[in-house]
Amino acid sequence: MALGDHKDTGNPAPAGERALAIEARGLVKRFDRTFAVDGIDLSVPEGAIYGVLGPNGAGKTTTLRMLLGIIDPDEGVRRVFGHDRPHDIARIIGYLPEERGLYPAMKAIEAIAFMGALRGLPLAEGRKRGLELLERHDLGHAAERQIRQLSKGMAQTVQLLGTLVHRPQLVVLDEPFSGLDAINQGKLERMIRALADDGTTVVFSTHVIHHAERLCEGVAIIAGGKVPYAGSVEAARDRIPAQVRLETRAREGAWLAALPDDARREGDFFTFSLPESGVELLLRQLIEGDAGILSLAIERAGLHDAFVHIAGEAAARALDADTEAELDQ
Amino acid sequence: MSDTSAIRQGGNARLTRLQAALVVARRDFIAVLFSRAFFFFLLGPLFPVVVGALAGGIGSQVQREAVSSEIGLAMSVAENESMLAAHAALREQLGGRLPNLVAIDEAADSEGFDAATVLVEQRENFAAIVQGSLAEPELVGTEDQAKRWQGMISLLAATASGNSPSVFPNTRAELVATSASTERGNRVRTAQAAQFFLFLLTMLLAGMVLSNLVEEKANKIIEILAAAIPMDAVFLGKLVAMLGVSLVGIAVWGSFGLAIWGVAGEAITSSGSMDPASLPAPAVGWPIFLLLALLYFSMAYLLLGSLFLTIGAMAATVREVQTLSMPVTMMQLIVFFIAAYTITQPGTWPELLAITFPLSSPFAMVAHAALQDGLWQHALALLWQGAAVILIVRGGSRLFRTRVMKSGNSGQAKPKRKWPGFANTRS
Repeated sequence: MALGDHKDTGNPAPAGERALAIEARGLVKRFDRTFAVDGIDLSVPEGAIYGVLGPNGAGKTTTLRMLLGIIDPDEGVRRVFGHDRPHDIARIIGYLPEERGLYPAMKAIEAIAFMGALRGLPLAEGRKRGLELLERHDLGHAAERQIRQLSKGMAQTVQLLGTLVHRPQLVVLDEPFSGLDAINQGKLERMIRALADDGTTVVFSTHVIHHAERLCEGVAIIAGGKVPYAGSVEAARDRIPAQVRLETRAREGAWLAALPDDARREGDFFTFSLPESGVELLLRQLIEGDAGILSLAIERAGLHDAFVHIAGEAAARALDADTEAELDQ
Repeated sequence: MSDTSAIRQGGNARLTRLQAALVVARRDFIAVLFSRAFFFFLLGPLFPVVVGALAGGIGSQVQREAVSSEIGLAMSVAENESMLAAHAALREQLGGRLPNLVAIDEAADSEGFDAATVLVEQRENFAAIVQGSLAEPELVGTEDQAKRWQGMISLLAATASGNSPSVFPNTRAELVATSASTERGNRVRTAQAAQFFLFLLTMLLAGMVLSNLVEEKANKIIEILAAAIPMDAVFLGKLVAMLGVSLVGIAVWGSFGLAIWGVAGEAITSSGSMDPASLPAPAVGWPIFLLLALLYFSMAYLLLGSLFLTIGAMAATVREVQTLSMPVTMMQLIVFFIAAYTITQPGTWPELLAITFPLSSPFAMVAHAALQDGLWQHALALLWQGAAVILIVRGGSRLFRTRVMKSGNSGQAKPKRKWPGFANTRS
């Protein structure tokens, strides 16, 4: 499939309205005879925070690596800011891999400057900006310390700052929240929002739904190397009708016939999908049928429910297991 | 919103391959050069040299003392003096080839002097003892010593008795630099020495490239490099850095060698261990030959280094790297032997093969420079070797991208889950 030949992927905004930072069609990657990624379509608008959501082993890292040009797809096309070869625009891309790594003997400030130099930033400018970034993140005192002398959290921050030192317009973060404590996760979320506020496109992979739900404008749900859904978080949640939770005084009556077919009794409550026509008609019928409404709540589906609905129970269980495993660490 | 219109209109925003390679090279060069490990690496080859020099010095001293060239004189007092006078007269002509003579006073005083007993009981450090008379000198000693000194003692006795010319004619020497028949034979020594040093240095130093890549994998930084710049620029940068480090190593070892030569060169030469000054001048002349040797070392290093990087690309673990590097090392040995063999086969197809095959080409060509003049062949060979380096680097980086960057855990494939409805394999 050619780029620009769009199918409806439910993306946050059509390409005509907002330029795309990343566009991928039919990406396939095989390792030996295994399909790591099997026909992925993605469209990430400029300035968006975009999540690639899926359990470990789903193909997130391989997808990001293909988007960045670290590996080439076996089939399909990708385009980053209109370029087929992402290396051609390396100066405006920042990448934080899942496997954190720095030279242990390098000083923090030098590590940041080196990562900037790889993206075309002169070393002197990299050192200057690196010091500013370190001081802004309360790590100014660690500038001249070797990486091996830093705590794991500090080293991770140094690497993240090295990813941002050249002021990229697209930042790709592979599992950025992995291994961070709650405080640092909060800091990272704020940093991602600040980047987006400045117009930077941020793409990150995660297996923790809450991060995606809190931050992302759009998500790609990935499982088994396929993307069954790519689009806005809102649209994903809208895939599942809102659930109505009704509590009545009367247990029986003619009003029961007014309830939708999928209504089920759970103790004192009835739960059913919100009818397409809304609740007004239903309310009238319940009142006229003397149901004695004690409470009625309309609950919108969360991203987790959407994930279960889209990717299936097995993928959702794997995702939950990965999240729990990380929390245990 | 970011202004990316220039980028979208085809504008590039990246370092050139050369710039990218230099960023990597600079980092690696500084990191290796200022590491403690490199200091010890530099010291490594110096230890055997120092120990060897000390052992050699002591050994030669011991040998000098053990293999004495002192001959005892057990003739009459007058004849002993005549022998010593003859020795003094002949020394000008024969120099160090004459044995030292020492008159044994005990023999002149004692009728019962037994030369054999003195030698067997090792009372003195004599190689042999001369007794009898000037007319009939008798040499007592082991068979080896007797054969060695028999002629000299006869000459000394004849001179002492006045039976040899008292004036020796001065033979005029007309010296020639070489002869056609010996010139090539002599230069073969230079060619062999150059090949040997080239091979030794390449094997000693090229392993650093492999350990550097292994370290990179262990540090998990390789993905950051691969995302920012083309992988062949990463490989090229590493090769250049390690070549730079190797040249520093050679400069240090070379300076150390020159310093030792300056201090103890005469002693080393006289001990017979080695005499580099005796190596015949190569066909292209020493200055150009040394420059070519440096260039061929660089090429040999880059070729072997790029091959090691390719191995690193194919291997996912350090153990795999070690296993895979062994066949390459063995292959390099074979290549060296082939190149060494072709020294004596100029103009034959084995020499052409050795020159053409990239890995043996630097060795064959350095020998060629020693044996035959002409420079265009070297320009051509260097271009060909450079092209081979680029080809291997590109192949290696491609392998790295396809084989190592497989999944999230540094090349170790994560177990793939099977999802209902999302099969990982196609039928």
